[in-house]
Amino acid sequence: MFAAENGLKGDPRLQGISEAIRVVPHFPKPGIMFQDITTLLLDHKAFKDTVDIFVDRYRDMDISVVAGVEARGFMFGPAIALAIGAKFVPLRKPRKLPGKVISEAYELEYGTDCLEMHVGAVERGERAIVIDDLVATGGTLSAAIRLLERSEAEVVECACVIGLREVKGQLRIAVEYRSLSMNMLRHRLT
Amino acid sequence: MATGDEQQDPRIAGISSAIRVIPNFPKPGIMFQDITTMLLDTKAFKDTIDLFVERYRDKNISVVAGVEARGFIFGPPIALAIGAKFVPMRKPNKLPGEVISEEYSLEYGTDKMEMHVGAVEAGERALVIDDLIATGGTLCAAVKLLERVGVNVVECACVIELLGLKGRERLGDRPLFVLVNAT
Repeated sequence: MFAAENGLKGDPRLQGISEAIRVVPHFPKPGIMFQDITTLLLDHKAFKDTVDIFVDRYRDMDISVVAGVEARGFMFGPAIALAIGAKFVPLRKPRKLPGKVISEAYELEYGTDCLEMHVGAVERGERAIVIDDLVATGGTLSAAIRLLERSEAEVVECACVIGLREVKGQLRIAVEYRSLSMNMLRHRLT
Repeated sequence: MATGDEQQDPRIAGISSAIRVIPNFPKPGIMFQDITTMLLDTKAFKDTIDLFVERYRDKNISVVAGVEARGFIFGPPIALAIGAKFVPMRKPNKLPGEVISEEYSLEYGTDKMEMHVGAVEAGERALVIDDLIATGGTLCAAVKLLERVGVNVVECACVIELLGLKGRERLGDRPLFVLVNAT
């Protein structure tokens, strides 16, 4: 699941990437240690290395769709899509996409939210990856997978810069059926 | 053509035809310029990025600022290709660290744009990227945020300019570069 397990252990680029990520305490609320990737985006080498690691992994896997989750998935997905020759498909909050959409609801800590994709963005049989900056409970990624599968695409992998090893003591089971590639090992947050 | 070139680059036609117009979104009377179809066209998307990269790669740009959210799609590939950092300009309460804010007017009411303190340094040369310029309100707010901290905004760059909404005027004498005009 984590880069170390995916054979990237010892990749010299990972340390620079990890160090470029800033932790902001108590955002968006007390007790949450927020993993801020904006500092990674300011470090050109670390940002480039991040994209390169994903590109190296996916370029020969016949991926034709890179789906990015709004909004931080938009910062990583397009560069990967361009490098591997895939199309980029934005997965968005409700009412942002102007055309006909399909929607998938998912659970938040309190209440639910919705993710949308344009009808016709992906075709049956296409091989897709889903990109976001971070995976916590996996709720958003699970909704993204369902959207793509409802369009009969095959979700080959989900890829995130950061995986929270433990969130409130559990990682959402919904993602267990899809392999998850997380470049960065972030230790349990207390 | 906003570029000032006498002849249109041959890649522009493919980019333009890849953009879909959705009538009456988000409300009646608006013809929405949808770039998501262009993102599905690998050649058109690559050409779009290449046109910006070719223009800016030798201009000593160290900052590409992208306006949420569609500016996040175009800005990072450009930043990576020209060796610049990418700075997201976001709606309120999204950025986790200390921010500076700039208010701007909407058709009804106002909105705010934010940037992280310390993301840019005085004297840096910057581009501001968004998918489209209409009235120029959003772009202007982004430019002001950067100028307030002493950054030199070299140019604003958009895929599409909606003509007739005076966006270019709102930017004053700050340069604007676009690939496609729409009405």
